[in-house]
Amino acid sequence: MAIHIIDRRLNPGGKSLENRQRFLRRAKSLVQGAVKKTSQERDIKDVLEGGEVTIPLDGMHEPRFRREGGTRDMVLPGNKKFIEGDYLQRSGQGSAKDSGPGEGDSEDAFRFVLSRDEFVDLFLDDLELPDLAKRKIAQTESEGIQRAGYTTSGSPANISVSRTVKLALARRIALKRPSKDEIEELEAAIAACTDEDERLVLLAQLEKLKAKTKRIPFIDPLDIRYRRYEKVPRPVAQAVMFCLMDVSGSMSEHMKDLAKRFYMLLYVFLKRRYKHVEIVFIRHTDRAEEVDEQTFFYGPASGGTLVSSALQAMHEIVRERFNPSDWNIYAAQASDGDNSYSDGELTGLLLTEKILPVCQFFAYLEVGEAGGSAFDLSDSSLWTLYDRLRNSGASLSMRKVSERSEIFPVFHDLFQRREAAQEKAAP
Amino acid sequence: MTERLFEGADWDFHTLQRITDACEEVALKDLGLDVYPNQIEVITAEQMLDAYSSVGMPLFYKHWSFGKHFAYHEASYRKGLMGLAYEIVINSSPCISYLMEENTATMQTLVIAHAAFGHNHFFKNNYLFKQWTDAEGILDYLDFAKNYVMQCEERYGRIEVERTLDAAHALMSHGIDRYPGKKKLDLREEEKRAGRRRRHEEEVFNDLWRTVPKGASKTRSAISLERRRKLLGLPQENLLYFLEKSAPRLAPWQRELLRIVRHIAQYFYPQSQTKVMNEGTATYVHYRIMTQLHQQGRITDGNFLEFLGSHTNVVFQPEFDDQRFSGFNPYALGFAMMQDIERIVTSPSDEDREWFPDIAGKNDVMGVLRDVWANYRDESFIGQFLSPKLMRHFRMFHLHDDPEERAGIRVDAIHDERGFRRVRRELARQHDVGFIDANIEVVDVDLSGDRRLILHHRVIKGSQLNETDAKRVLQHLADLWTYDVALIEVDSNDKVLREYVVSPRPIPAAA
Repeated sequence: MAIHIIDRRLNPGGKSLENRQRFLRRAKSLVQGAVKKTSQERDIKDVLEGGEVTIPLDGMHEPRFRREGGTRDMVLPGNKKFIEGDYLQRSGQGSAKDSGPGEGDSEDAFRFVLSRDEFVDLFLDDLELPDLAKRKIAQTESEGIQRAGYTTSGSPANISVSRTVKLALARRIALKRPSKDEIEELEAAIAACTDEDERLVLLAQLEKLKAKTKRIPFIDPLDIRYRRYEKVPRPVAQAVMFCLMDVSGSMSEHMKDLAKRFYMLLYVFLKRRYKHVEIVFIRHTDRAEEVDEQTFFYGPASGGTLVSSALQAMHEIVRERFNPSDWNIYAAQASDGDNSYSDGELTGLLLTEKILPVCQFFAYLEVGEAGGSAFDLSDSSLWTLYDRLRNSGASLSMRKVSERSEIFPVFHDLFQRREAAQEKAAP
Repeated sequence: MTERLFEGADWDFHTLQRITDACEEVALKDLGLDVYPNQIEVITAEQMLDAYSSVGMPLFYKHWSFGKHFAYHEASYRKGLMGLAYEIVINSSPCISYLMEENTATMQTLVIAHAAFGHNHFFKNNYLFKQWTDAEGILDYLDFAKNYVMQCEERYGRIEVERTLDAAHALMSHGIDRYPGKKKLDLREEEKRAGRRRRHEEEVFNDLWRTVPKGASKTRSAISLERRRKLLGLPQENLLYFLEKSAPRLAPWQRELLRIVRHIAQYFYPQSQTKVMNEGTATYVHYRIMTQLHQQGRITDGNFLEFLGSHTNVVFQPEFDDQRFSGFNPYALGFAMMQDIERIVTSPSDEDREWFPDIAGKNDVMGVLRDVWANYRDESFIGQFLSPKLMRHFRMFHLHDDPEERAGIRVDAIHDERGFRRVRRELARQHDVGFIDANIEVVDVDLSGDRRLILHHRVIKGSQLNETDAKRVLQHLADLWTYDVALIEVDSNDKVLREYVVSPRPIPAAA
């Protein structure tokens, strides 16, 4: 009897991927809720690591006719002391419990593991890039070239050798061009031939073949093909994200933490939309400097507060390194709202004249102390200024945050998919 | 001196070949087994999880519930709550056994002996499998089912197909013929039939027929109840069959989907009735083969001890007050009974001669066992062959739990002279699917009136349906039937205990 032994280990994995996607699609709203809940408990850094979520089984339930209650009879092993006619107390001892029909139907919550991608997808699923500030910039696309078949004319540099040879070969076969072997064979036959008459016949044949060879060229201009290229508009696939933060003495650790969380979310979000995302950290007191991430969040600094310095720095960096036609520019500013009184004018001017025209999106996040006092106090000087700018038509988004748990809702609020935003394709 | 099959724990494909050949020699020559050709496939843990979620089949149609099970198994596997099975074996011809790549050489030998010869013999010879399953055709049929479901999704939309399959799955446990019909199931024929039907529909399609005026439809009110029930084949306990044949507004493809689910449910029906026997057979066979190989010197003492370790784990039966207890372990009970039969056949005691006059002292162990394996299912097997010695060994006792009884749960019988027969009867009944599944059947349809479908649930021993689940299943049933459905729970005196009525959900706009 033949026995087949087959190694299936190399078969492509993920056979059940399709079923899994169906399951996730079906449980989408449930899973999404669970993802949001999980992500609130987590550190922002770990938010996107995927992991286990728990969803209620309701809705994913597969019902069956099941019976319950009534009189039950069971035979069990391991009798130690019972004799016929004994009575056992019913008080919930494990012994008398029927082992239900396992099958995983009985548990009320359902835990499973999401991969990182699945998690991020669900996490950011209902978010969309914001109402883009400058449409003309949003649609500025560089042009790229892309292969687009073959053409009969073109520059010599673009000759496609393989295609040309292929066509030539086909033509030679079709027209029955004598091959080199054929001619050599004939020549050999002539050399070996002793009979004069036959030799003449062969020679005539050879002559004919040679003439034909001449008539049918090895490569004809007809055969030549050039690679064709087409210019295609290429959407800008890179983004730069400016993180501006006030690090003057009035910013507490808590406030910085809030800002950091917001930046993280923004980063993840952009990362999903763009192939390449750069981050520029600019911190400022009364003067601004570009720093690395570590210094940005943890480096000590002190001094007064001049917001315009940060905007000026950002403007310069954009001019030097990030051409707005090549880069999608996003900026998020976090501050406790302090700004020196005399700086207001300059800040407003810089923002409306220099920064906003090149930005896709500018968000201002005003962070407050834990306890929510930020909402009770009168508006800060920066808030008042920005609010005025916004009312006069500048497109910037602003929110106040004072609790960690508010970060995601605020973020969500800023980037929520809106009907109006639908008409614009995401870059 | 025979050559060793392998040394240590490592194996490669040549080792597997040698192991299989050696097992085959013992299985066919010494044990006289009769098996389907074997196909052995080595798979990874992930593939094993895959197989779990599609009820062990190598190919299956796509449905979200399998994804759910996969996610569930994967989560518990990752957390270490669950070990994976060493093997999965499929009742098909050729008989496919999956081996996990992590297994040691000893484990592979055990698994090959267990699955490729033990289960395989059982599948090929047991009367239930012969009657209900078509091992030759199953893989082709599953392939057909997968493609058919896929085509339906393309033609009628994923949502629609999913809705039908959801409903069919809910009724799966009641989509089984419990009594053999006249015709043996032929799944290959089944597949061709579906194709023919589709072709026929396409060939005879003529839009003109739509415009031909219809005559007055025949009135049905005159038909008597008896006649109507006969026409519809009532009472009918196979709900899926009934819907497929009689639901008024199902599209042909929906009927075909119901048919597919029904066939698959039917295919698994024998397995649920023979858990103890099937595992008992396979365990007994692997034990015999391994022992034989060891005696021949083809397995080292060390490897044999490794085998005994795993074997003992598999046939471990915790006692009722043990934390690990979750009912009778079919491996333990089955293996113990097989060995007990061997003992009765070769060296019976007086008690055995009294209880089993037919087989006691017959001396042809394999002859008796092969006969048992071929002609019994769990219920009849236990009812016939559970010996007093084994009941004493397991210290079995019977509990009777009547909620009305204030004093508590009564110990009805124990493993003594007075109790043997009662304990045995009760244990056999526990393995009788007739008692496990709710007894639900279609009894009537009001065809001339509001087309309400009426089902009865015969309540046994006061055990009624779980309300939430029953309502959900009935909802699915009503959606397929497209008119009201009533389920009436009646006890053995025809007293109505409870009545459910469910109306179909409106069908969302769809073609």
